[in-house]
Amino acid sequence: MKPLDSKKDYQNYVDQKSPNSPILKNCFNAFWVGGLICSIGQIIMYICKARGFSQEMSGTIVSIILIGLSAFLTGLNIFNKIGKFAGAGSLIPITGFSNSIVSPAMEYKSEGYVMGVGGKMFTVAGPVLVFGISASIIVGLVYLIFNTQAITLV
Amino acid sequence: MDWLQSIEWMGLLKCFVIGGLLCVIGQILIDKTKLTPARILVIYVTAGAILGGLGIYQYLVEFAGAGATVPLTGFGYNLAKGAINGVKESGIIGAFTGGVAASAGGIAAAVFFGYIASLISKPKMKKE
Repeated sequence: MKPLDSKKDYQNYVDQKSPNSPILKNCFNAFWVGGLICSIGQIIMYICKARGFSQEMSGTIVSIILIGLSAFLTGLNIFNKIGKFAGAGSLIPITGFSNSIVSPAMEYKSEGYVMGVGGKMFTVAGPVLVFGISASIIVGLVYLIFNTQAITLV
Repeated sequence: MDWLQSIEWMGLLKCFVIGGLLCVIGQILIDKTKLTPARILVIYVTAGAILGGLGIYQYLVEFAGAGATVPLTGFGYNLAKGAINGVKESGIIGAFTGGVAASAGGIAAAVFFGYIASLISKPKMKKE
């Protein structure tokens, strides 16, 4: 094999040798796993509505069931396998939020049940809650200031 | 099996496609940028809250149902919608109470189930 002189040659060589960027495959897996998780949520929602729960209550029930399910699947080390396969497909749905709570808590269990589990639970979920709740308060305040139809089309 | 009759298959398909697409956007962010998953989750929640506040996300929720509410953008949307409803009901205090009240079930479930699941979990075998 002749030596690779320039950066460009090297880049070409790497492109030739490395397998096709797995992004398409990753996106495909993320698509169907993510879609499936949302569909499970939708089916739970249909069942709740058929039993006479309101829209908001059904949404809450869906969240609670999906969060609980993925928390225990993470505890049993099953969710991590799904996560490796599906990437964002299991991260973006609310299951990923739950997974992000249990994973670090499991890892730091040896540091005790208060500061280990109780504290590390929020390494990822903490920022999510901070930004989510802060954003919602700002939205509320903005709505209060510009209490017109224009700012919210609700 | 009478709950099967309550399923609208068209709605389920819409939910599948929109939910899947939201995850694909996340996957592209993971593969093409150097954002960590934690940052992506934060971006999704904040984006959902902002789009919810602008009244845009509501259309997606009406169209796709759980396909829009189950991804974390839906969590943000729920917070923002709650805050707006809170303001409508009780003014400035509502901006602080409404959002969390609307998503209290999800947050409390995450904390509670998260803690219980961590307690019963077995420590991972480090083979890798």
